[in-house]
Amino acid sequence: MSAIGGLLLALALAPLAAVLLCVAARKPRFVEAFNLAASAIAFGCSLPLPFLIDGRALTFWHDYVVIDRASAWVMLCSAIVYLLASIYAVGYMRLLQEEDRLWQFYALFAGFGFTTLVAPLMNSIGIYWIAIELTTLVSTFLVAFERVAESMEAAWKYIMLVSAGISLALLGTVLFYWAGSFVLGPSYQMTWDVLAAAAPRMNPALTMLAFLLVLVGYGTKVGLAPMHSWLPDAHSESPAPVSAMLSGALLNTAMIGIVRFLGITRAARLGDTPQLVLVALGVLSLLIGALFIVRQRGIKRLMAYSSVEHMGVVALGFGFGGTLGVAGALYHMLNHSLNKSLMFFGAGNMMRAYGTKEISEISGVGRRFPVQAGMWLAGAVAITGAPPFGLFLSEFTIMRAGLTPSYAWAVYAMALLLIVIFIGFLNQFRIMYAAAAPAEMPPPGKVSAWCAVPMGLALLPLLVLGLWWPAGLWTYLTSIAATLAPGSP
Amino acid sequence: MLIQHLDPLASSLLSLLAIASLLLSFVMLGSRWLKNYLYAFAAESWAIAALSAAVGFYGGYPELYFVAVLTLLVRGFILPHLIWRIIRRLDVDREIHEILQPSSGIVIGGFFVMFALAVSYRIAATLHLELTIAVLALTVMLSMKLIGFLMLAVRHEAISQILGLLVLENGIFLGTQVLVPGMPLLIELVILFDLLVIVACFGVLVGYLLTHVGTTSSLELRRLVG
Repeated sequence: MSAIGGLLLALALAPLAAVLLCVAARKPRFVEAFNLAASAIAFGCSLPLPFLIDGRALTFWHDYVVIDRASAWVMLCSAIVYLLASIYAVGYMRLLQEEDRLWQFYALFAGFGFTTLVAPLMNSIGIYWIAIELTTLVSTFLVAFERVAESMEAAWKYIMLVSAGISLALLGTVLFYWAGSFVLGPSYQMTWDVLAAAAPRMNPALTMLAFLLVLVGYGTKVGLAPMHSWLPDAHSESPAPVSAMLSGALLNTAMIGIVRFLGITRAARLGDTPQLVLVALGVLSLLIGALFIVRQRGIKRLMAYSSVEHMGVVALGFGFGGTLGVAGALYHMLNHSLNKSLMFFGAGNMMRAYGTKEISEISGVGRRFPVQAGMWLAGAVAITGAPPFGLFLSEFTIMRAGLTPSYAWAVYAMALLLIVIFIGFLNQFRIMYAAAAPAEMPPPGKVSAWCAVPMGLALLPLLVLGLWWPAGLWTYLTSIAATLAPGSP
Repeated sequence: MLIQHLDPLASSLLSLLAIASLLLSFVMLGSRWLKNYLYAFAAESWAIAALSAAVGFYGGYPELYFVAVLTLLVRGFILPHLIWRIIRRLDVDREIHEILQPSSGIVIGGFFVMFALAVSYRIAATLHLELTIAVLALTVMLSMKLIGFLMLAVRHEAISQILGLLVLENGIFLGTQVLVPGMPLLIELVILFDLLVIVACFGVLVGYLLTHVGTTSSLELRRLVG
């Protein structure tokens, strides 16, 4: 067992241990500490991984676990969000006055952290499916945690839609296995590598059908339009740290599966159709995001539709393909994870301070919370893709990747929709910042440092990544592009 | 591969069981009483368990006997029992607001089967399997999938939706047994237990819906829009 194996083991065991300790101890302050420690360990273990892994994929535990540069990257995104959300949760969950049930929350939260961290590591496509299904089951109860009618409705829609959607992915997985069985015989290990190696000799019609089913199935989980309808409900009705995890960690975890299947279809030489479908879904997600952002009234739903939009951007990056597209999309994943955590933390704080989810009832944010409002506004500027933040660089890279004769239309649509979103999103912030506060409003509640510090922790790397894209990071991301999209220019 | 050289008796037995499962999903589609749904679902699971055993016997996959026993236990008894308990707690015994008459549902289901047959035939033709049971297995798999989605779309009681979801899974499981009997055992087992966990989660959630929303009909779940 190498150093990497040890790190992976620690990374997986820390949140699991936190789950058990939370169930055993049940004391509010203890369970906070357990989860926080687990997330810190997970972050500490996942940070060195990208540096330790060279170009080759390493497998552990009878080939059931694979760590390559792509899975290390997605895991790092999840670990960052898990840590930030755990810090934030300490402050936020104390505001909810649910001390008795707090151990349930943290046990589920650590479990959710565990599933999102390990899902990208699954080497067998069947086990990967189960891991994704597990993320749904655990997070459903986090969405339902507040026990009010709205969150129940959101949880029910979430589990129903996502389970139905993901059953399509299972069908696609079975068909992939069937297609492979004509090449490899009736029984074989259904790992990503084995399938990609068999892909050139797989039946094209069957592989295409399987890919489309998988795309729709995992696309439901990623929240690509038109399968996104669970996302705004679940993201807006869950407690804010959970929203951040859903948006920043969960969506990427499902996206990496789509990307790996896309790699298999490239190896199968199915032509441009699979990528074209992904690009079309991406443009549609941007369109839906833009339409609902402009007319949005709820503060967390605004952030949720922004997630639909950004997953559309990531889908476009992977759909355009090539070194630029894949590297840009992976960079966008990290930037979006950081930025969306920041946005949901800010939204959660404002929701608690003003006691409402309606944008129109929040006013004078800048005068009441100068420091936080500054960070939140910077985050809002960043998430609309304006410089000097990381998302500008990654969106720009993705656009450059798409400037080929076949996808230029998608780039023009993307540019147009991003401008609409820029105006619509910042207009919502104008309402909250500019409107004068009504005189009779009670003084806003205090926001603890636990809730403010993670916003700064998310903003800082976002700014650094926007000003400086390290050369090492660029090589790292382009090497992933070479493995995920074999044969691309 | 098993499906390319099956003797006629085995082939007709497998076809019979697959068609029985498909017919049972039509029974579910055409009935409005939750109890009948449940019985049809349990019977469908028994048919699938028998199918697993038959594939194990004729194809020489002894591990499929194990899968068959577990399928019978989990899908045929434990899941229906869990759902039975949820129904008793709910005090609902039929669909109250029907979007679609059961008879129209059956007609639409018939069209779905025709569509599934057309797709399966084309896929099988590209694999040169159009004269084998693969066409039937693929058709039943896809049409149970479509019928399950139809049930999800036109039924509103929480229980009907859970059963719709289970029909989706049953369809996949049936197809898996015939098309890829050699699929790693571990995955089949984990998926079976995964189902148990899903239904348990649904049970808890239905309880929450009842206490915090006061209804289990998705028609009433319309607070979150836009």
